[in-house]
This record gives sequence, structure tokens and C-alpha cells, in this order.
Amino acid sequence: MDGKKRERETRTKNQDPEKRESSYESLTGPVIPESTAALLRELVSHLRENRTQLREEWARRITESQLLLAMTKEEIFKEATAVYDNYIAVLETGSVEALEAYARDLSERIIPRGVETREVLGIVLLLRDVLARSLFKKYQADFALLNRVLDAYEPAANRIANTVGVGFVQERERIIRQQQEAIRELSTPVLQVRERLLILPIIGVIDPQRARQLTEQLLRGIRANRAKVVVIDITGVPAVDSMVANHLVQTVDASRLMGATVIVTGLSSEIAQTLVTIGVDLTKMKTVGDLQGGIEEAERLLGYKVNMVTQSTDQIAAAK
Amino acid sequence: MRVPILKQGNYLIASIQSALSDYELLQLRDDLAAQVGRFRSKGVIVDVTVLDIMDSFAVRTLRAIAQIARMRGSETVIVGIQPEVAFAMVQLGLALGEVETALDLEEGLALLELRTKQGGSRDSQS
Repeated sequence: MDGKKRERETRTKNQDPEKRESSYESLTGPVIPESTAALLRELVSHLRENRTQLREEWARRITESQLLLAMTKEEIFKEATAVYDNYIAVLETGSVEALEAYARDLSERIIPRGVETREVLGIVLLLRDVLARSLFKKYQADFALLNRVLDAYEPAANRIANTVGVGFVQERERIIRQQQEAIRELSTPVLQVRERLLILPIIGVIDPQRARQLTEQLLRGIRANRAKVVVIDITGVPAVDSMVANHLVQTVDASRLMGATVIVTGLSSEIAQTLVTIGVDLTKMKTVGDLQGGIEEAERLLGYKVNMVTQSTDQIAAAK
Repeated sequence: MRVPILKQGNYLIASIQSALSDYELLQLRDDLAAQVGRFRSKGVIVDVTVLDIMDSFAVRTLRAIAQIARMRGSETVIVGIQPEVAFAMVQLGLALGEVETALDLEEGLALLELRTKQGGSRDSQS
């Protein structure tokens, strides 16, 4: 409790210019202003008493401001209640841990529904506004007391807004990181389709980092599988610019240094036109229209001959 | 240390054992040039498996070896370029040009077999 009070005390001082010069005090030895704690207690009981009314006011303001449009009214009210109770808990205990956990949980639920950072910050700031207004109303008679109440309230409120905002952004960043990781892992399969024949289907946009990873993975695949022919299929690549073409040329050259022939397949007519227009020299590359053609060509290079069973029995019969 | 050059049938195999100085590279070039003539070899294999760095001088010398050998009637294959080396070479723009490459010694020998055999067909594998 001591620590929490000290934290609250520090924040109070940081917020208040008049008290700022004495903020060294809080570092050396905490002087817990009983008055602040008492005020917060009063504040909390005030907010508890007017819970229903303030919460409704808040939910109304959220709808009015056209925030959280992705959620229904009932959902907004439910979340509003939870946030409100957490809010009071933070004011009461000074500990934001429960709120942090709640903010994470909330973010996890609402991010997939397309709720924006702007909206989350907006609703928290609205609540802050709603509560401050009610405080103004209650203490308007005594300006000095109102001042002290705000001294106690504002830092805590700022801290709450901060916690919720940061929690939301962190959750969002975590999801982005997770997705990037997933894409990275999915994006470079090097598959062996026959002895000494690899295929590398590329799907999605190629950026420099991915291109590098592709090449490295392919070269390692060539060594591991002792590949002689590699078919790179770029049907799934939406656009090819000079950079991507350059990477392709590099990959082909590097594979050749490892003794493997590369066949590039799946160049759409648009991509072929772009490449001709921007003047990329792909003459050194073997290209075949589609993946099937590429694999057939690779089989020819490797000396495979694929015969249909019926046909070959016919041939045997004919030979007899 | 001189790079050992082994004679294997119609072919010469230069198996590099450690990182080479520029001087040793030139020595390798001269040794190969001399021995291609002496043994009337049909093919030369340079095994660079142990090299984890390939600078422009090394690449140029390998190219020179290939050109010299070709003028003396012999095909050259570079074998065992590591993935990292291949990637670095491409990034630095060090091209081996027309020189043949293969994954390892075995592949290199197979390739030479194919190249030196007149009318050799790849279908023979199947």
C-alpha cells in the first residue's frame, strides 16, 4: 500500500506545477498526504453512488460521438460498465494491474472487429470528461476543494487513459508481429516433387527481406536435396517490378553457382509486358508459361519420361 | 600450401584444402595449365567446398583457369560452392560467366562425363 501511495503521490506532484519543486521529496522519503488519499476515497464513494447515472451518461456520449460503431448498444453498455468499475478500482487502490489485464482482454476482443485506436482513446477520454463534469457539479460551491479534488483525480485519470491506450496499442502490435511471423514461416516452402527436382511456389508480395530469405532457403534446399533443377513459380506474385526481377535474376544466378538449373514459370501476360516495358533482361532465365509446363521441362532435363500406363501397355502390345 | 591436383582418368581434380592466398591461387592456375597439357586431360574439376569466402580475385582466377583449360582442349567445372558463398557472389556481382558449376564432386564428374561424351544424351539416366 505504501508503494502505491507513493506512486500516486509522485504522479500528483508531476501533474501539479506548484508542487513540482518538492518532487525530490517523494524520491527520498514519501510524504503521504493523507488529504489526497481521503479525497480519493471521497471521490470513489461519489462515483459509486452515481454509478448508474454516470455510466448511462457515458454510454450516451459514446453513441453520440459515433464511437465504437462496430459494437451494438448492449455491448457498449456492458463494456462501459466493466471499464467504469475498473476505473473506480484504480482510483481506489492506485494499482493499474487489473485494469491493464482488462485492457488487454478488451483489446483482444475488439481488435478483430475493427475498432480503431482513435475510438478506444476517445471513449476513455469521454469517461474522464464525464466524471470530471460530475465533480465540477458537486464541488462547484467550494473552489479550493474542487481544486484539490482535481489534483487527486486528474493524475489518476491520466494514468488510466494512458494504461488503456498503451494496452490497446501493444495488443495490436503483438497481433501484427504474430501475423508477420506466420507469413514469414508460411511464405517460403521449398518442395521436392521428384528426385533432384524442387519447386518453389512464391505467393504474395516480394520485399527485399523476403527475397533474401527465399534465396537463402532455396540454396539450402538445393544442397540438402541435391537438386539439379528448380522450378520457381510466380503465379501468386501480384506485381513484378525491376527490384523483384533483379532478385529473381540473382536467385537464378546463385542457384546456377550451386549447379542447379532454374526454370521460372507463371509469368502472366501483364507481368511479361511490364518486364519488357521496364527493360529487364530475362534472357538468361529459362521461362515456361505455367507450372505444369515447367515441371514437364524439368523432367525432360532430368531425363524422366512420363508415360500413361494404358499407352505403354499398348506399346508393349505393339512391340509384340 | 600447394593445392593437390589428382589425376582421375581423363580428368584432373584440384581439391582445395584451406583458404588460399592470391599467390596460391595463381600457383593453382599455373599448375593446372601445365598439367592439362601434360596429361591431355578432357576435364578439370576445382573443388571449392572448404572456401567460405570467395573474393573477386578468386573468381577471376577461376574464370581464367576455365578459359586456359578450354584453350587447351579441356572443360572446367567448379564444384562445392556453399549457399552463403553463392548468395554473396551474386550480391557482389561476381559472375563466373560461362564456367560450369555443379553441386559437388560427384555431380561435377557426372557433368564432365556428359560434356565430353560426344552426343551424350541426358535421357540415358532413365
